[in-house]
Amino acid sequence: MIIEWGWLTTHTDDLLALTLDHLATAVPAVLLGLLIALPLAVVAHRVRPLRGLLLGISNIMFTVPSLALFVLLLPITGLTRTTAIAGLTVYTLVVLLRNTVEGLDSVPAKVREASLAMGTGRLGTLLKVEFPLALPVIMAGVRVASVMTISLVSVASYIGYGGIGQLFTDGFQRSFPTPVLAGVVLTLLLALAADAVLVLVQWLCTPWMRKGARA
Amino acid sequence: MIRFESVTKRFANGTTAVDDLSVEFLEGGITVLVGSSGCGKTTTLRMINRLVDPTSGTVSLGGRDVRELPAAQLRRGIGYVIQQAGLFPHRTVLDNIATVPTLLGWGRRKARARAAELLEVVGLAAESGKRYPHQLSGGQQQRVGVARALAADPPVLLMDEPFGAVDPVVRTLLQDELIRLQAELHKTIVFVTHDIDEAVRLGDRIAVFRTGGHMVQFAPPAELLARPADDFVAGFLGAERGLKLLSLISLQNVPYEPIAAVKTTDTAAQARAEATGRWLLAVSPDGKPAGWLDVDALDGSDAIGQAALTPVRGLTDSDSLLSALNETVSSPTGMAVRVDAAGVLVGASRDDVVHAHQRSLA
Repeated sequence: MIIEWGWLTTHTDDLLALTLDHLATAVPAVLLGLLIALPLAVVAHRVRPLRGLLLGISNIMFTVPSLALFVLLLPITGLTRTTAIAGLTVYTLVVLLRNTVEGLDSVPAKVREASLAMGTGRLGTLLKVEFPLALPVIMAGVRVASVMTISLVSVASYIGYGGIGQLFTDGFQRSFPTPVLAGVVLTLLLALAADAVLVLVQWLCTPWMRKGARA
Repeated sequence: MIRFESVTKRFANGTTAVDDLSVEFLEGGITVLVGSSGCGKTTTLRMINRLVDPTSGTVSLGGRDVRELPAAQLRRGIGYVIQQAGLFPHRTVLDNIATVPTLLGWGRRKARARAAELLEVVGLAAESGKRYPHQLSGGQQQRVGVARALAADPPVLLMDEPFGAVDPVVRTLLQDELIRLQAELHKTIVFVTHDIDEAVRLGDRIAVFRTGGHMVQFAPPAELLARPADDFVAGFLGAERGLKLLSLISLQNVPYEPIAAVKTTDTAAQARAEATGRWLLAVSPDGKPAGWLDVDALDGSDAIGQAALTPVRGLTDSDSLLSALNETVSSPTGMAVRVDAAGVLVGASRDDVVHAHQRSLA
């Protein structure tokens, strides 16, 4: 087999450092995406004419090739992690925005109306009723966005912030497959772990979903 | 108490939901807004708590224009119950009920204690407080809806087809509960329904709306049924308008006379001795009507409790003339059996007496 197990044992520290580096790019990208998508989704949800426009823009941004996007960002943010994060954030928006809008759509009109009629303000209703009820759909988007971002981080290797992706360039340049395979496996494991964490977070945040139908 | 002055509501699409409405709803009574869908009854209701603002005219509550207060503050003082309850699926029953007290800043403990108290008021078990709405039946959810509206003890309660989504048996039960609650609480209730029977049952006053947002008649149920303003109202009240009217009249003034009866523990011989005709009323040992006994069909001398009795329903003074008519038709003797509040036999009204009373009202 082409794997040199010896390389793995001597490079565990490097692998760990790269994994952490990978997360240092991926996590802020998803969080930032969420921070942008939530208010935009509220606007898209409430102002019908803007819905198509906002969702359309996020779709178009998604079609910009990632490499081109980094190049476009370079003059603004330079060869920094910010460039990597900003680029990846753009891609998360397409999923996060759409899912948040759909999540808000899924809140029954009667429930929203009841909240307002009880004397909860519009912001209170949004934060205490609409977002919690939209959470399952929003979280589904966060999970897709996270897995997608974790796999995309490698592309940022071109500007030096590829995390695990550095292993691919390294292995490719030296025609040495071990780091490439290690990188693939690590990315996969990281994506699975992130997904598991998110499932747990959602489970903890939605106690009402855990109770079965009426007894 | 709740006053509409020349209120008109036109929606952006040009439809007129409510057309120049001027009316005042009774304090401490149930006003029912009734009409087919699209007649503006729900819009009228929603203008009271400002879920809808009128295009022109004024809505006032307790003498104050509802626009004087910020909407949220106004709404915290008005209970609101809607179809399928509109409960918050992500909050427990107790937290649902505690919504308004929490908004009013009562503090978690006090709000929860009040919510627990209300569970009992609306007839729900204490342990249902920890459940989520989807774990309850439709009828139970509707009770939670009522409890939530009552939580901060608002003087006014708005109910928008609250029992529309439950089956007829549960609906009758919930209506009874509302009548019972109202007898204790004396809230000013505005109740929207498209079900005329529900309106007649619950309303102290009924406002009939016609498509286009016109209020055609506003009257107590008996007056509405006896003298509908026009063909539209008469048509809406339905073919059994006369029978509905009878359902509103109590038996208080319908006389009754003593009636011979045997106890179910008596023997067949005693029954035969007592009987003047084929049928004889049998009562249980505690005096409650048990059924009509067919004396001709008796054999032997055993206790008559073992014989097949034709069912009877004892009527109290608060039962309706309609139920008395029903009894005179369905009982083998043409008699409506009368009981006191405890259900003990006091006598019977003959069919001709019931008919005479009914004719005297016309």
